[in-house]
Amino acid sequence: MSKAIQKILVANRGEIALRVIRAVRDLGLKSVAVYSEADQESLHVRCADESLCIGPPASSQSYLNSQAILDAAKKTSADAIHPGYGYLAEDAKFASACQDAGIVFIGPRPETLLLAGDKIQAKRVVSQAGVPVVPSSQDNVKSIEEALDISLKIGFPVVIKAAAGGGGRGIRICSDEKALREEFLIARAESKAAFGDDALYIEKYLVHPRHIEFQVLADRFGKIVHLGERECSIQRRYQKLIEEAPSPIMTPKRRKIMGEAALEAARAVGYFNAGTVEFLVDEGGNFYFMEINARIQVEHPITEMITGVDLVKEQIRLVNGGRLDEGFEDIQLNGWAMECRINAENPDFNFAPSPGVIREYRPPQGPGIRLDTHLYEGYELPIYYDSLIAKLITHDKTREGAIQVMKKALQEFRIAPIKTTIPLYLKIMDDPQFQRGDIHTGYIKKFVPDDDEEED
Amino acid sequence: MGERVEVRAPMSGVFYRKPAPDQPPYVEVGDRVKKKQVLALLETMKVFQKIKSHVDGKVVEIVAQNESPLKDGDVMFIIETDE
Repeated sequence: MSKAIQKILVANRGEIALRVIRAVRDLGLKSVAVYSEADQESLHVRCADESLCIGPPASSQSYLNSQAILDAAKKTSADAIHPGYGYLAEDAKFASACQDAGIVFIGPRPETLLLAGDKIQAKRVVSQAGVPVVPSSQDNVKSIEEALDISLKIGFPVVIKAAAGGGGRGIRICSDEKALREEFLIARAESKAAFGDDALYIEKYLVHPRHIEFQVLADRFGKIVHLGERECSIQRRYQKLIEEAPSPIMTPKRRKIMGEAALEAARAVGYFNAGTVEFLVDEGGNFYFMEINARIQVEHPITEMITGVDLVKEQIRLVNGGRLDEGFEDIQLNGWAMECRINAENPDFNFAPSPGVIREYRPPQGPGIRLDTHLYEGYELPIYYDSLIAKLITHDKTREGAIQVMKKALQEFRIAPIKTTIPLYLKIMDDPQFQRGDIHTGYIKKFVPDDDEEED
Repeated sequence: MGERVEVRAPMSGVFYRKPAPDQPPYVEVGDRVKKKQVLALLETMKVFQKIKSHVDGKVVEIVAQNESPLKDGDVMFIIETDE
């Protein structure tokens, strides 16, 4: 390693930019904020030691403009870039460009980003390492006969997916042969229309699976550890809404087995720095590798709450050549943490976005509460960026306790006049099924019926 | 003569006349439109919504500029209704 990092440019906005800038300052290092013309009044700009405008409001011309960000790093003599999540965080080309410019990219190596970003290839590599994956066909299933053959082999229900798809698009569930025969041709036509590519593959469809992921850390010397799991089963349209750590279904034995699989997956892609290995767990407790998220994740704070490890500081320590010593081998999990992602959306009106000026802002306080947010009274939510406005995190000795603290905190939290998802979360905290930990990735339909179809 | 109907932005957002940059606009001035026909897209916080005509008629004016930010209630189109 060359000399230690002195100044870090944070290539992001909103709550995560603030979060990273605070870690940088905690470490006694200098921080640089970058911002678009729409974010001049944003809190991350005020908290950083230096700030620089990198372009117009549209993300494509600012937060996704790698050249503008590299130029900003050079101009401010930043020796490292932290990408946060989203935007350029998993962009292998950007990570390479940083390297070429002599700037440290705080994240995995470019080769790992490339591999983790290719979901099918990543699955293949991880499966070869002996980690279970959801049974599926090869990429290109050409005929109905071939599709049927595979479906009978892996067992109905199956799901037809577009190889070029993503984010839940181009997905068709088939419960039996009749449905498969009907859906296959439609799926092919749709895929062609949506992605210009009609390659399909078939996967076993898991009924009511849970989404459980493991946080991993890897140093430059090949040591990889995990920091336990997070359960993120409460989602709407593949966007997580509520996460908790640990998972209500976890036992020490299962954690040991799944944790070992997570480490195996991370090793298989040559992982470095902080990352997440995602699994689906079916009703029988079988788990299947889904993907590796090669970045710090939105829901990272719940792991921090139960482990006492600051993951962003670790990311920086690890790029500086820090080691994962024995202390990380056997991290004790302490209590229960829960996170609600508060979005500027109207849950009573199809989750329509709700931009505007925050006229009234009163954050919850008290023991066991952490709030990661960029809101303040008088702040105008830009129309250009996503609707996440706050992450409310609670921690207590038990799950029941964490739910109680969350409920009280949600009740105390006042954000007006915009609409937020707080009322929905209050209903969930009161739901006996949720309180029992009886959740799965379709759970939210209970509160948002008829939400399957794209609105026209 | 029909009635002149204003189509206003239901919330603030970025106004797009085309489904994608390399495609033609949904409508031009002079086009006849049907009720529920898509006139434009409005992007608010990464969510796109279709702006549809409430009436059968003819587009007489496109007030909003392509790719410009609009405020809640800004006029986007003026449509003259059929008899």
